[in-house]
Amino acid sequence: MTTTAIPNAGRAAPLRWQRLANRALHYLVLIAIGLITVYPFWWTLVTALSTDGDVFTFPPAMLPTAPGFGNFHEALTSIDILAFYRNSIAITVFSVIGTLLVSALAAYPLARMRFPGSKLVFGAILATMILPSEVNFLVNFITVSKLHLTDSYSGVVLPTLAGAVGIFLMKQAFEAVPQDLIDAARVDGANEWQIFWKIMLPLTRPALAALTILTTVSAWNQYIWPSIVMSSPDKFPLSVGVLYLAGAFTFKTRVVAAGAVLTVLPILIVFLFTQRYFLRGFDGAVK
Amino acid sequence: MSNKTRKITLQAYLFLAPALLLLLVFSFWPVGFGSFLAFTRYNLIDAPQWVGWDNFRDLFGDELFISALKNSALYLLVVPVIQIFAMLLAVLVNNEMPGIKLFRAAYYLPVVTSVSVIGIIWNFMYTEDGVLNAVLRWLHMVNDPVGWLTDDHITLFAVMFITVWRGIGWYMVLYLAGLQAVPADVYEAAQLDGANRWQRFWRITVPLLSPTILLCSIMSVLAAVKAFEEVQIMTKGGPMQSTYTALFYAYEFGIKSLNFGRALAASLVMSVFCILLAWLNFRYLQPRKN
Repeated sequence: MTTTAIPNAGRAAPLRWQRLANRALHYLVLIAIGLITVYPFWWTLVTALSTDGDVFTFPPAMLPTAPGFGNFHEALTSIDILAFYRNSIAITVFSVIGTLLVSALAAYPLARMRFPGSKLVFGAILATMILPSEVNFLVNFITVSKLHLTDSYSGVVLPTLAGAVGIFLMKQAFEAVPQDLIDAARVDGANEWQIFWKIMLPLTRPALAALTILTTVSAWNQYIWPSIVMSSPDKFPLSVGVLYLAGAFTFKTRVVAAGAVLTVLPILIVFLFTQRYFLRGFDGAVK
Repeated sequence: MSNKTRKITLQAYLFLAPALLLLLVFSFWPVGFGSFLAFTRYNLIDAPQWVGWDNFRDLFGDELFISALKNSALYLLVVPVIQIFAMLLAVLVNNEMPGIKLFRAAYYLPVVTSVSVIGIIWNFMYTEDGVLNAVLRWLHMVNDPVGWLTDDHITLFAVMFITVWRGIGWYMVLYLAGLQAVPADVYEAAQLDGANRWQRFWRITVPLLSPTILLCSIMSVLAAVKAFEEVQIMTKGGPMQSTYTALFYAYEFGIKSLNFGRALAASLVMSVFCILLAWLNFRYLQPRKN
């Protein structure tokens, strides 16, 4: 920034103007980028709510024409979206409970117990982050079919439960619990399980909450794996079912848009209420 | 081992058992068994039959795989785009000004959306009479609508744009976390010394962010090489197989055709590719200790 002061002019005034102009420019850039990320969602919502007029017009409608819920009604009745919802909810609930349990159980000894092999175990868990895991789905598909878990919730959920991120997040939370509390509990005769269940878990609620949110979003949104595991349409989660809807109603843009809105709505609500957990960048968990 | 240590060890492994079992079955077994299957013919029903390097020979003799590899390599172009924009975005939203949280949320929105919904939404955006073409025609930048998902010269880039669009918010948050760890007095000192905004960015922000840059770069390189979901949803590899990526190839041969030998050979080639790229990242982006 150049600060060439104009002779005889007060120094404060141009600076304040400059700052205001800067800020206005800053907001302008922010809004322009925001339009790129938000507008496609807005267009979809407007399209789903409109019951009249052309779908593709220019300039695109910024508000629904003849607003109504007809498209949502059609999406809900023409395909069993409620079953998709039930499947998504079941998969998400099992994933969350399972992930919390498995991660917390594994993290406890890694954080608070000294035992032979602990470094090796932790190293192996971290190694799964580096392993090119996306190619796992081919063999996992074989495993799941051999275990006769295809077309079942367990087939979708089981491979996702144990993950380095969850274990790492819980390990860090457990490490922050003061040793005095644990010693006091031991003196009172508590065993490891009681310490884990009655002291560790209640004290690490924020970490459990963060992991819950993280798992909820990824379980609700996963697409590829459930679409591989599930073969009968009545077992599809919403994320898979919505494409089924799109395939069946290619030319009914509004109905497909309504289906898309119905799919994102729950996760959007979760996101809006728990934003701070996402946007803090999971400081501890990622590093 | 004393009785007490034996007891603690047993307890520790009991706690670890569920996680270790799951990781063994779904993370470690796939790597080992997958590497083995890459040298066999296997269709899920008959026992795997050892064929040596045949799958790899077939793979590199298959034009489709070669072009899939090329597309995966081309896909790496998204990495610098994502990194630069995510970092700039993070700098933009790192100011405490009214409404900034709203903007952060807006930029993060695509990250929490299912890829299937993103596919649907962008199908609308990309149609011939969709918004994108309408804007371009209105600006007189094109006369005929662009076939974003039908023109085999363009489609790969249209799909890559979706990868950028849905990924940028995630990396922005990582950079934001990195930025917030930079102490404010470093900037104040630099400002007193007369460093302008640009100098402050290059001399302070970028060097202090280098661990984050390494992390984000590795993550986005691996994600780019493994680009698949967007392709599967938007184009199914078309038009004219112009959006076949290596992982999509593996999916088609494995899950679709039950030719697991070929599919896993393709995955193995990709894994080697990924490890090599991760190593290059470490080699050249690792923050230098002074």
